Amino acid sequence: MTARVSRLRHQLPLLVWLVVVWNLLWGTFSWANLLGGAAVALVVTTLLPLPAVEASGRFRPLAAMRFVGRFLVDLLISSVEVSWLAFRPGRHRSAIITVQLRTDSDLLLTVIAEALSLVPGSLVLDLDREHSVMAIHLVQVRDLEHVERQRANVLGMEDRVVRAFGSAEDIARLDEPGTQTPETEGTERMSQQ
Amino acid sequence: MNAADLVASICLVAGCFLCLTAGLGLVRFPDVLNRMHAATKPQVLGVLLVMTGAVIRLTGQPIVWMLVLVAVSQLITAPVSAHMVSRIAYRRRHVRRARLLVDELGTPPAPLPARPHPVHPEGAPDADEPADGPEADSRTTS
Repeated sequence: MTARVSRLRHQLPLLVWLVVVWNLLWGTFSWANLLGGAAVALVVTTLLPLPAVEASGRFRPLAAMRFVGRFLVDLLISSVEVSWLAFRPGRHRSAIITVQLRTDSDLLLTVIAEALSLVPGSLVLDLDREHSVMAIHLVQVRDLEHVERQRANVLGMEDRVVRAFGSAEDIARLDEPGTQTPETEGTERMSQQ
Repeated sequence: MNAADLVASICLVAGCFLCLTAGLGLVRFPDVLNRMHAATKPQVLGVLLVMTGAVIRLTGQPIVWMLVLVAVSQLITAPVSAHMVSRIAYRRRHVRRARLLVDELGTPPAPLPARPHPVHPEGAPDADEPADGPEADSRTTS
């Protein structure tokens, strides 16, 4: 019984989201839509069960606003940058880098990867989940210094996401000084291969 | 024409322009990974701007909520699909390495030549690997 209750608790955000989607699709909020949406949501989650997402359950409005605001600005900049690259004659050089992240949470890593794909110049290629190492493709780099700046941008994005949605543990891990620097991590990976 | 109409028009035109550049980037960029950049950033912002313009014009109608849903879906799904495509492109070595300034990931490891392979009835390789990859020869000889 307790297992079912905890399962329902995990499913609750998904159920609420499905009911909201149902109401948005109908365009109006009414009791009929609410009940109909709840019925559809129950059927969908029963027939197509998803693995439970371990959410930290924390949400800090101020940090989240900082993340969203910065995200929108970044989206604008990156769109203009890629548009310019598309119009500009001549060629540009790309880069593939690996970045050692400090987060160890499925949900947070998902948010980071999603956001990274939309902000300036980066696209997530691969994620080594065990070591939290993300491989990122940079669309345009001018020189090595630019690469390092982009790497710092990635870590900054991680920082903002974790401070907005992460648990206290995750944030504490951000401030730990003992994490490996990206450079040594990259060479280590190379020598392993 | 009032201020709201003006803002809506600007949003619509800017959004259409960004979608155009996304299409242009898809044609002009040199390889799959670069093309995926064009397919995510200007594309997503373009759709968001078009939706914003449409919402301003259609305020008060029930369809507005559907437009919000479109915007949210675009934000969630575009990075995922771009990631899946570029990941596969990378693993199948559709990368122009000569154009890379830095490559910390290196060439993807050969897909497990030591693994005992279930032999396909027709003798065709069953693994997901490019026919022109360097390990294709070792596979056929082993």
